Amino acid sequence: MKLTRKQQKSWSLFWIYAASAFAVLICVFPLYNSILTSLRSGQDLFLTNYVPTTFYWENYVVALVNNGIWRSLLNSVFVATVTVGGCLLVSITGAFALARIRFKGQKGLLFTILCVSMFPQVAVLSGMFELVRLLGLYDSLWALVLSYTTFSLPFTIWVLTTFMRNIPVELEEAAIVDGASLWVIITRVFAPIMGPAMVTTGLLAFIGAWNEFMFALTFVLSGENRTVPVAIAMLQGASQFELPWGTIMAASVTVTLPIVILVLVFQKRIVGGLTAGAVKG
Amino acid sequence: MAQLTLDKLNKTYGESAVVIKSLDLHVETGEFIVIVGPSGCGKSTLLRMIAGLEDITGGSMHIDGTYVNDDTPSERGIGMVFQSYALYPHMTVYQNIAFGLELAGKSKEEIATRVEESARILQLEPLLQRRPKDLSGGQRQRVAIGRAIAREPKLFLFDEPLSNLDASLRVQMRMEISGLHKRLGSTIIYVTHDQVEAMTLADRIVVLQKGNVEQVGTPLELYDHPRNAFVAQFIGSPKMNLIPGTLVKAGQTTSVVRLERGESLTVNVGTPASAEGRPVRLGIRPEHIVWGEGMTDPHYTAEVLFVEHMGNETYLYLDSGDPAEPWVVRNAARSEIDDGAVVGVSMPAEHCHLFDENGLAFERPRQHAPVTSLQ
Repeated sequence: MKLTRKQQKSWSLFWIYAASAFAVLICVFPLYNSILTSLRSGQDLFLTNYVPTTFYWENYVVALVNNGIWRSLLNSVFVATVTVGGCLLVSITGAFALARIRFKGQKGLLFTILCVSMFPQVAVLSGMFELVRLLGLYDSLWALVLSYTTFSLPFTIWVLTTFMRNIPVELEEAAIVDGASLWVIITRVFAPIMGPAMVTTGLLAFIGAWNEFMFALTFVLSGENRTVPVAIAMLQGASQFELPWGTIMAASVTVTLPIVILVLVFQKRIVGGLTAGAVKG
Repeated sequence: MAQLTLDKLNKTYGESAVVIKSLDLHVETGEFIVIVGPSGCGKSTLLRMIAGLEDITGGSMHIDGTYVNDDTPSERGIGMVFQSYALYPHMTVYQNIAFGLELAGKSKEEIATRVEESARILQLEPLLQRRPKDLSGGQRQRVAIGRAIAREPKLFLFDEPLSNLDASLRVQMRMEISGLHKRLGSTIIYVTHDQVEAMTLADRIVVLQKGNVEQVGTPLELYDHPRNAFVAQFIGSPKMNLIPGTLVKAGQTTSVVRLERGESLTVNVGTPASAEGRPVRLGIRPEHIVWGEGMTDPHYTAEVLFVEHMGNETYLYLDSGDPAEPWVVRNAARSEIDDGAVVGVSMPAEHCHLFDENGLAFERPRQHAPVTSLQ
């Protein structure tokens, strides 16, 4: 039997909602499970039902205070923020050069930047270690800032260069006629126009630095300099044979929150940044 | 307000690409100069060189007697209006106008006074807190002009400012710019490819082709006494008819030309005896051709290929023998004439131009006192 228009419509709506529900489930379940586990203790940890049974907040206190995760949180905030700041500063000036100034080897340079961003971390780990040692940064947070910036820059420069190419040259010339120096043009004309792109790439750099594990594990030795991912991995229970799941999950949830909040705050601008080319004079 | 002198100005890209060739131009204080030419003639490059956005390869440029080749645009004291307006999209109209003043280190009060002053001149007061994206094309154009005015520049440069506007707005903005020039008395250099804009706005027009100045003069000077066939055809719409022929009899005040179709006619143009027997082209503007059905003594009879009815006037395209180059005739009134009719045509001797084989015009007698100033 042929469906009426109306039935067709509700049928397609049904599929849309079903597919959305499935996607949401896949995305949210791991996080939900962490939250659930972080609120349980003792034998409850190994229950297999998925409704909250207890609200054991003690896990959070244990994780943050007793295990010193708060210290690692501060480290992570420092590393990620400095990385983002440095990354944006270098990349917007770099993007200006690549997008606006003609020089020899420009294409090659841009291509190299793109290639570098494709290397797996593990491939450059030992080289980076040498570099960090050479600069005397071993076991310091600056080692992480350096390596994260290095890894975020290619993508950021690439995106910002593309953005900047879309900004009409006349806008820059109007600023020159207005008497603006190069620095003023970059900071007062280009940067605000590229705000969405900068927020998007900056946020990605932040998340990258926040979640990074391998460099953080390799370049930092002492406990007080650890960033969050490493600190969580190093969490130990009362005995050698116990994994403190509740505490680990509480710590994980805590470190996820800043990211979630950041994304929510900048939500609108991220969308703006992803729908590029919206810069019309 | 200032004078501008360009002396043997050159622009080349790389080794071979010559864009501007040894260009001389002197612009008086308060003059409205329009640089006009087909696309790719170098007119925008020339304007950008004057602005300081483009390096000057050779020659010198003086503003008020000061050598400015190596000065930045703001040091030269120019204000520029761009084709795409180039307003800063993240700033309000007020901030757009104030930006240059701020960079020049003016005090807050002075900035406010100047912004309000230019907003008043351009009727932008109600728009000051809006952003460019909330403005119409004409309003954006006015903001762009306001931004230039606020800096009180010595020279105003306009780079095809009206080409992004629709036809009716273009006419309106043209009048506004013209009025602005009268009120401010500023020196303006204006680039366009539109000869109507050039004719209506300019005190003097500079016709540029392939980086060469073809002619500089008042609009009517260029219209009545084009120096060569290029200027003759570029100024005026529809363009001047050029009809190939041979000079059969030279003379001091009149000459006789035999057109390719065989007819001979006398024109009021003096030619040297040495030109006798040489190929020439006869030029006549569409509005000067006299035509009619059943004329008693026409120079020609020609078939009407097609007719364009504009309402207030009518254009006839007549068979000239060359299908690519029909003769265009403008009739200042409505006409009932139809395609395929055969009409008589005559070309009054006093309206004919004559160009030699290189396209250079033979001097025509000046029928009216030459227009020297349009104050």
